Amino acid sequence: MKSAKSNGYIGQAIKRVEDPRLMQGRATFVDDLRLPGMLHAAVLRSPHAHATILGLKTEAAKALPGVTDVFTGAEINQACGLVPCSASMPDLKAPKHTVLAGDRVYFVGHPVAIVVAASPSIARDALDLIEVDYDPLPAVANPEKALEKESPLTHPDHGTNVAFTWLLANGDVDGLFAQADRVIKQRIVHQRLTPMAIEPRGCVASFHAGEGSLTLWTSTQIPHLVRTLLPGMIGVAENKLRIVTPEVGGGFGSKLNLYVEEAMCSHLAMRLGAPVKWIEGRRENAMATIHGRDQIGEYELAVKNDGTVLAIKARTIADLGSYLQLLTPTIPTLTGLMISGCYKLKAVRFELTGVYTNKMATDAYRGAGRPEATYALERLMDLAAAELGLDPVKMRLKNFPKPGEFPFHTVTGLAYDSGNYQRALKKAQDLASWDALLEQRDAARQAGRLFGIGLSTYVEICGLGPSKIMAAGGWEWGCVRIEISGKVTAITGTTPHGQGQETSFAQIVGDRLGVPMDDIVVLRGDTASAHFGRDTYGSRATVLGGTALLMSVDKIIAKAKILAGALLGASAKKIDFRGGKFWVKGKPKNALDWKRLAQEAYVAKNLPANFEPGLEASSFFEPKNCTYPFGTHIVAAEVERETGDVTIVKYVAVDDCGPQVNPLLVEGQLQGGIAHSLGQVLFERTVYDGDGQLLTGEFTDYSMPRARDIPEYVIGSTVTPSPSNPLGIKGVGEAGTIGANPAIANAVMDALAPLGIRHVDLPLLPEKLWRAIEEKTAELRKKKPRSQS
Amino acid sequence: MKTSVNIRVNGTLRTHDVEPRVLLVHFLRDLCGLTGTHVGCETTLCGACTVLLNGQAVKACTILAVQADGGEVTTIEGLASNGRLHPVQEAFWECHGLQCGFCTPGMILASVELLQHNPQPSREEIAHAIDGNLCRCTGYSHIIDAVQCAAKKMAQPGEAK
Amino acid sequence: MIPAAFDYLRPQTLEEAVNLLVQHGETAKLLAGGHSLIPALKLRLAQPKTVIDIGRIADLSYIREEDGRIAVGAMTTHRAIEASALLEEKCPLLPEVARHVGDVQVRNRGTLGGSLVHADPAADWPAAILALNAEVVTVGPKGPRVIAAKIFFIDLFQTALRPDEILREIRVPVTAKSVAYVKTVQRASGFAIAGVAVVVKAAAKTVSVGITGVAAKAYRATAVETKLAGQPLSAENIAAAAARAANRIEPLGDIHASAEYRAHLARLNTRRALGVAASRA
Repeated sequence: MKSAKSNGYIGQAIKRVEDPRLMQGRATFVDDLRLPGMLHAAVLRSPHAHATILGLKTEAAKALPGVTDVFTGAEINQACGLVPCSASMPDLKAPKHTVLAGDRVYFVGHPVAIVVAASPSIARDALDLIEVDYDPLPAVANPEKALEKESPLTHPDHGTNVAFTWLLANGDVDGLFAQADRVIKQRIVHQRLTPMAIEPRGCVASFHAGEGSLTLWTSTQIPHLVRTLLPGMIGVAENKLRIVTPEVGGGFGSKLNLYVEEAMCSHLAMRLGAPVKWIEGRRENAMATIHGRDQIGEYELAVKNDGTVLAIKARTIADLGSYLQLLTPTIPTLTGLMISGCYKLKAVRFELTGVYTNKMATDAYRGAGRPEATYALERLMDLAAAELGLDPVKMRLKNFPKPGEFPFHTVTGLAYDSGNYQRALKKAQDLASWDALLEQRDAARQAGRLFGIGLSTYVEICGLGPSKIMAAGGWEWGCVRIEISGKVTAITGTTPHGQGQETSFAQIVGDRLGVPMDDIVVLRGDTASAHFGRDTYGSRATVLGGTALLMSVDKIIAKAKILAGALLGASAKKIDFRGGKFWVKGKPKNALDWKRLAQEAYVAKNLPANFEPGLEASSFFEPKNCTYPFGTHIVAAEVERETGDVTIVKYVAVDDCGPQVNPLLVEGQLQGGIAHSLGQVLFERTVYDGDGQLLTGEFTDYSMPRARDIPEYVIGSTVTPSPSNPLGIKGVGEAGTIGANPAIANAVMDALAPLGIRHVDLPLLPEKLWRAIEEKTAELRKKKPRSQS
Repeated sequence: MKTSVNIRVNGTLRTHDVEPRVLLVHFLRDLCGLTGTHVGCETTLCGACTVLLNGQAVKACTILAVQADGGEVTTIEGLASNGRLHPVQEAFWECHGLQCGFCTPGMILASVELLQHNPQPSREEIAHAIDGNLCRCTGYSHIIDAVQCAAKKMAQPGEAK
Repeated sequence: MIPAAFDYLRPQTLEEAVNLLVQHGETAKLLAGGHSLIPALKLRLAQPKTVIDIGRIADLSYIREEDGRIAVGAMTTHRAIEASALLEEKCPLLPEVARHVGDVQVRNRGTLGGSLVHADPAADWPAAILALNAEVVTVGPKGPRVIAAKIFFIDLFQTALRPDEILREIRVPVTAKSVAYVKTVQRASGFAIAGVAVVVKAAAKTVSVGITGVAAKAYRATAVETKLAGQPLSAENIAAAAARAANRIEPLGDIHASAEYRAHLARLNTRRALGVAASRA
């Protein structure tokens, strides 16, 4: 494959082509769809974390004027099949995940019945008329308690709350721990988070009885995977299914799933002979759209006195919730794969236990397993530096692979494609005015203030990925078509939902074809036009989808050269192509443009022998490796002693995602990603009480960053191309989230270090910090008089 | 029992018989077909449904249509005039102040109201003014940039509003 | 998100509204700005049979000086209070508190009267109303009634308002600039975890302190006031007095703040608010 050379658009901060429609209220989200005869569904959900359903009466709801019908599990589960999970651990115990509860509910929000009515308000009214007789059962919400012998069982027939175990072990862990000068131990908690895309989920299903075909419009990141998986649930063949994702109002992993409502609406559209729409409410979204993180790990890092890190051990529990969504068990395994981070560790042992509790399922949430790894490791690095009395920067530098050591083979079995961790760290230090920042800290501390500096040097895994490591194909597909008019249609199998690939892909295609961006339309999110695709997640879309389009462009150029040669009386080899024009070497005056070639290709009267009409090509890009973006984030933070409030004083991020197709979009992804981490580190958390009641079911209680929480960023980049794709790009959708977590936490912990505070679990809520400060201050007060006397 | 409601929406009088429980946001979306006003929560906290009612930014999810009877509403669809984007829209575009676009209509209208009162807001004042609008994509920084950029545009002579 | 169905009545006068309230009794709810009631309707936490919209009654939205006091109509929005030059001059605590209520959109619609009647234990207004020794004027079938702020708030979401009464006006005294409101915000909802409103009367050498968000109802921190009565507002005196801000109070505890932290913030914010108010004297 040739390397892509920029002749205009690539690398430019170009305004997005998506924006005019979105900024004027002319974009179509799922809730904006109105089909003739459309019915409206509403879902009744369990208020109990665990209960037996003794009785279910739907007569009153069915009798309400305007109600089409009401369905319970007994009436629909058989027809809708089981919700799929792609994980395949050998010892995995998977509950039967039916679309509605059977005789037992096992989390708050568990769907119990579905109403279909003439309007959303009637459907909502009908929910209040359904009577359910619940017999509450003991519930377990704490994954550590779930592992205790006397714990209630989420799925009694399993006989245990353990869903699976997973081990990643490599190298002589015991030997290296024996050689260590010190072992740094820390329990690391990643609280549960709720993704909270501002657009809740929703779908509309419409069945064409004559064709036997079904169209599902759904707010998802993965229309193609839905098309692959839905036939197994509702019995409509894949080639009679069309999945459309209009605009999607944010996903962050929460829409990387096949959900019960999508299957139920599809089934009911067939059963009732009318389109069926369901729009999720916010409370439903908080209860019954996947959650993220929720890992507890006991970590140990073996180090030498000079700061060399030797090996890492972790015993980790992942709280899966009550059943498995598409990737539920897989996510925490990514933590294991990335647990060696940027460092030349010699051995690893990562023991993972997946646990069922009476909560909503966890799954991919922005970063998906990698923030957990980065946070754990970078906290350990800081703790190690502190215990050894070393500079945390020098300690990191000591353990980085050198730029010449790439591809770098990690102890976890990965091959990092390319990297220059030293350069990113150095640049971040420069942008942060590192020495001045240290002086600022000294001055603040002397004035009695709690001021800290934290950094994280991170690497992440993106561009997922080679099909051999994926459950159902890791390739990506793209198609480019020169229309008869000379306009260009590019079709991607990825499903952008805010990332801006209608723009960045037009940049890539426009550059390579030498066609103005205005003449290019990028189609996405409709399986009828994008015949193949593996969609958008894991920061893969530009890396893989962009490459698939580039490959298609190259095929078209090759074909066009043959045609141009025939028309100009030369062989294809003699044809030069640049700036959208084809000419015989040395005779640029007689150049042919795309418009002319398109006409010839489709009107097809002057085609050379054996030349197929048309100028269209599609490609599957199968990556040989994942990509490994990296970077350094540096944060200065101050903690207010009397309240525990944290202020971010400075935020510097240097990220290396390879060459940037559109720096404006890269910056947007980073800033957005950092905001997610800011939320996680400082205040976001999903809270269930001991009985499994959800206490953060609305925006009134689930705290997310608002504009006032955002510091002014200093954002820089380094560029280390990836050898894994011709554009050299690495992906950036999750980098902010992965890099930021430990940098912010380390800064806050550094601020508290003079008090002797070693570690506080996330989120670093003011009250927690205040308590830690109070406790240590009280200890110091006790000690002081003695030392002075 | 339905009540007749008259609301001038983006300059056009809209009359519909509605149940008293119908929210302004549903009046606009379902009866006027103006689906640019979005619903992101049920607790008056996300601001995706922000519209201008008699010139003031309000959350259309927390107003009954009957309360707005006789009022004038500007939705995102009515902000551009004569095919020309409002300076706030222009600025959101230039500064990459939106990603998925779901919060954007509300975010823009809240910003429009701010600039009516305060033509040169500081970053802090902008953050305060959009405190009632959640965005989960952008991390807000570009939005604040955009509002400052819009303020500059609007300060130029000849610029509308 | 969709309220249960209700009947809607839109009286044109206060008298008519009172009659409707008498007629429909407790099955009816009054609708002012709607920013407490409508969220409850949408979640179906409130399902009144009838909603009586007092939003069209003339002359319930005003801020005016009368007999040496400031009268604020019940339907006056938070935003109008925030922007009032008269209040800024004569009772600056109200605009200061208004800036903390909800967000711009909420302040544009929500009303002082609506918020007070709702009596959310974490709302901002009760702290100010208590600290100002305000009076609440109601109107019912037996005519008007004046209720002192200190007996207005009874418990969680309960006030001294009778079921057939409508809150018509809030009267506050003219104060000096020596007032302050210091709030720790519940960051998800925007309500107060601990909001402390302080009025310092320099001449009388007294202070009054209203605290919201900390207990089941907003309260006057009388222990603080007593300690500071007649005392100079030195940092030491303020600190000693503020330490009593949660005395004999049962602080609430929830996922946003434990009872202990709330009590701490009540004391801390009292100290800070007193300091700020004193500095403005």
